[in-house]
Amino acid sequence: MTVNTQARTDEFTDIYDLGEPIADTRAPDVDVRQRWETRRFEAKLVNPANRRKLKVIIVGTGLAGASAAATLGEAGYHVTSFCYQDSPRRAHSIAAQGGINAAKNYRNDGDSIYRLFYDTVKGGDFRSRESNVYRLAQVSVEIIDQCVAQGVPFAREYGGLLDNRSFGGVQVSRTFYARGQTGQQLLIGAYQALERQVAAGTVINHTRHEMLEVIVADDRARGVIVRDMVTGEIETHFADAVVLATGGYGNVFFLSTNAMGCNVTANWRAHRKGAYFGNPCYTQIHPTCIPVSGDYQSKLTLMSESLRNDGRIWVPKKAGDDRPASQIPEDERDYYLERQYPSFGNLVPRDIASRAAKYVCDEGRGVGPGGLGVYLDFADAITRLGRDTVEAKYGNLFDMYAQITGENPYETPMRIYPAVHYTMGGLWVDYDLQSSITGLFVTGEANFSDHGANRLGASALMQGLADGYFVLPYTLANYLADGPYEPIDETHPAAVEAKQQVTDRIEKLLSINGTRTVDSFHRELGTIMWEYCGMARTEGGLLKAIELIRELRTEFWRNVKVTGVNEDLNQTLERAGRVADFIDLGELMCIDALHRRESCGGHFRVESQTEDGEALRHDDDFAYVAAWEFGGDGGKPVLHKEALIYQNVEMKQRSYK
Amino acid sequence: MKITVRVWRQANPSDEGKMVGYDLDDVSEHMSFLEMLDVLNERLTLEGEEPIAFDSDCREGICGMCGLVINGLAHGPERTTTCQLHMRSFKDGDVIDIEPWRSSSFPVVKDLVVDRGAFDRIIQAGGYISAPTGSAPEANNLPVPKENADHAFEAATCIGCGACVAACPNGSAMLFTAAKITHLGLLPQGQPERASRVLGMVEQHDHEGFGNCTNIGECTAACPKGIPLDTISRLNRDLLGALAKGKA
Ligand SMILES: Cc1cc2nc3c(=O)[nH]c(=O)nc-3n(C[C@H](O)[C@H](O)[C@H](O)COP(=O)(O)OP(=O)(O)OC[C@H]3O[C@@H](n4cnc5c(N)ncnc54)[C@H](O)[C@@H]3O)c2cc1C
Ligand code: SF4
Ligand code: FES
Repeated sequence: MTVNTQARTDEFTDIYDLGEPIADTRAPDVDVRQRWETRRFEAKLVNPANRRKLKVIIVGTGLAGASAAATLGEAGYHVTSFCYQDSPRRAHSIAAQGGINAAKNYRNDGDSIYRLFYDTVKGGDFRSRESNVYRLAQVSVEIIDQCVAQGVPFAREYGGLLDNRSFGGVQVSRTFYARGQTGQQLLIGAYQALERQVAAGTVINHTRHEMLEVIVADDRARGVIVRDMVTGEIETHFADAVVLATGGYGNVFFLSTNAMGCNVTANWRAHRKGAYFGNPCYTQIHPTCIPVSGDYQSKLTLMSESLRNDGRIWVPKKAGDDRPASQIPEDERDYYLERQYPSFGNLVPRDIASRAAKYVCDEGRGVGPGGLGVYLDFADAITRLGRDTVEAKYGNLFDMYAQITGENPYETPMRIYPAVHYTMGGLWVDYDLQSSITGLFVTGEANFSDHGANRLGASALMQGLADGYFVLPYTLANYLADGPYEPIDETHPAAVEAKQQVTDRIEKLLSINGTRTVDSFHRELGTIMWEYCGMARTEGGLLKAIELIRELRTEFWRNVKVTGVNEDLNQTLERAGRVADFIDLGELMCIDALHRRESCGGHFRVESQTEDGEALRHDDDFAYVAAWEFGGDGGKPVLHKEALIYQNVEMKQRSYK
Repeated sequence: MKITVRVWRQANPSDEGKMVGYDLDDVSEHMSFLEMLDVLNERLTLEGEEPIAFDSDCREGICGMCGLVINGLAHGPERTTTCQLHMRSFKDGDVIDIEPWRSSSFPVVKDLVVDRGAFDRIIQAGGYISAPTGSAPEANNLPVPKENADHAFEAATCIGCGACVAACPNGSAMLFTAAKITHLGLLPQGQPERASRVLGMVEQHDHEGFGNCTNIGECTAACPKGIPLDTISRLNRDLLGALAKGKA
């Protein structure tokens, strides 16, 4: 590979090709405030009598999928949904802790739809679409009403009204929450609505079914191939439209705060069939997670960011200082965030806090096993507020920490380290949430749409429910209004081909019988991604990563060991398929990160920073969405650029000094 | 530390199944219980043996996917989910028995994996509030006393893991059912369907073959979320009331 470092926009023509620009053609060309209303009015309607004849497949039962299935089932469509867990209620949305934003302005503190829109565009570091974000802020208000009507037990004040808190560094209190379990409560609300439709016969839900291929017949998404994870049967399902609500792909890093089963397979299979992948390199790394304790580690646990309100972050001044925290005197400690960012201190945004932790650990000043951790110290808070107050505020988090680490955070400082938490990238969609495959819609974390290069806290739950309850029911109906599409069956060449692709791949995986376990490949991929495509990325590192990943792929398909057979519950086989797709995705993420020679949001290119070490965007060259087209196995991906135009919010560089 | 695990191996639902012992030499106290099984599975795979099938997903104690009977106790010796249990709860030389949930309503699929579909069907029978999308009134129109909201929340934290069933000598799923009845019954939005909900859910509960509740309390003791036994009293009150009113 030759490297040309002359200009920022030089293309790496040996790695990818440049394709035609693309654009969103669905958002009406009116003032941003009127777009959604106009689109809803223009959208075609489906006569209730016809809805039963229209079939919709929804893959995923998280907030985005369950809310869509419940709503479309209720509206009378014929819905089939799938999830890989043994119940739809277990989708990873269940794990979200902090809360959900909505521009209710119950606090009368100056919040409004426009302000939520503004904060989200700015928070996304000017790499998201104004149209989508404005709509998100608009429907946020209805989400809370809907959830309360379903019985979601949000926190309340003594007067019985809904409580709010401020979250993620914004100046208004617009976050609704249910103790530290907001995702769980929202998902159970959506799950119950879904099960109600199952009882009514409008939704058929298949648990323990994994989607492994999409059927694109006559240029439309018309179905999916799924594997029954208990019997191994490969099933074909048809519909008039397909929705992917399959969540994020943070597990490409092996260790992340995602659930063990979170995967990119549904998205990646669709990508291979023609769906563009938007901004794959945009990853959010969360600063307050419990550090790795050993090489057996299987996942990482997030601890709420609220801890940074009272905890002070520090490391020893001296590299290699391995005294216990209590024996390091005050003047030998470096409260590095307070030192570097005097005005924000420990409350700097997630990416800055994460990177700063990485740097001090790179200098050999990290604490705990492997030197990959920094202290989050509550000693001052306990002195200032008293132990009882600290316990009332953070008791459950302290207990969780103690449970996992066996250490008592009231007595010794907590140890934290950043971990991969959320992926802003995902399949490219237009304003209607339709991908570049006609009839394939993508919602929730699986799409790329609303968060630009960085997601604000409490806005993913909002997006998932906005998509499922309020956006898709209109835009999908508009598409279905031209249906039912010509019936197809298992003999259609596209269905035959898709099924063959699935069975061939399974046979291949089972036949290699090599010497390395699936997890060993996944861990190695994760190490490469974390090292070179993690918190700080360089051109040289990314080029190296691409090479390493290519070698890993070859080795995987030569030497992986998958035990058992297909016709059985086979968890090794499930994981093998997912890891194979993660390897391919990892390569594309590195290519995307390589081509974007600027820093923005969660994507920090070391070559692009201010004198103070702040992220430096290059709006003239990179104010676009990178939508990648699959270039064939061994081929080069093709980059399509969607220009981002800001008519309402002025583009500014952020500063937290 | 060194430990021995004896694990229930059952190839499929019709297989008889048996306990199989494995020795582990190098277990760190910081490992989670499931990570210990991961390590064992890596070894089995390399030895060409089929790894042990068990369920887990979030590994944070919230999704309810994991669940093993460890030394006869649902979720093991601590009051938490299996995924949140750590090896520091055990000591060098321990022999640990690992079995699936035992209940005829949760048939074993393979090894330690069971089918808990019955729980979804109990919810389908009424564990919801009918609130079609788009029809909701403004959220603050209906204040809910904080105390009720907090209690509803506590009941709503049930993760649907099934430990209550596994722990109950009668194999009853009353705690799970009652948690939902309590959550929805404490909220004003849940009132219109209160009678039909309890009738439907209890009927489905019995139909699935779960046993009767005789107030033993093993369920609450095993519940990782501490769902209290008084939720069952509430269910019984609602049930009597609904029956008295005649079938809703
Ligand atoms: C620990 C944690 C805390 C968080 N806290 C917050 C917070 O406080 N506020 C906030 O706004 N956001 C938070 N987030 C982010 C937010 O929870 C997620 O982005 C969001 O819930 C994703 O919802 P989803 O419906 O898109 O996907 P998911 O909930 O992940 O659902 C994915 C669904 O797809 C199914 N699926 C996936 N692949 C396949 C396949 N191949 N075949 C069949 N089915 C498949 C799964 O079974 C599942 O049903 C948090 C995330 C994490 C990890
Ligand atoms: S009541 Fe407790 S033990 Fe039973 S399913 Fe719910 S969380 Fe699990
Ligand atoms: S794996 Fe989710 S609760 Fe244990």
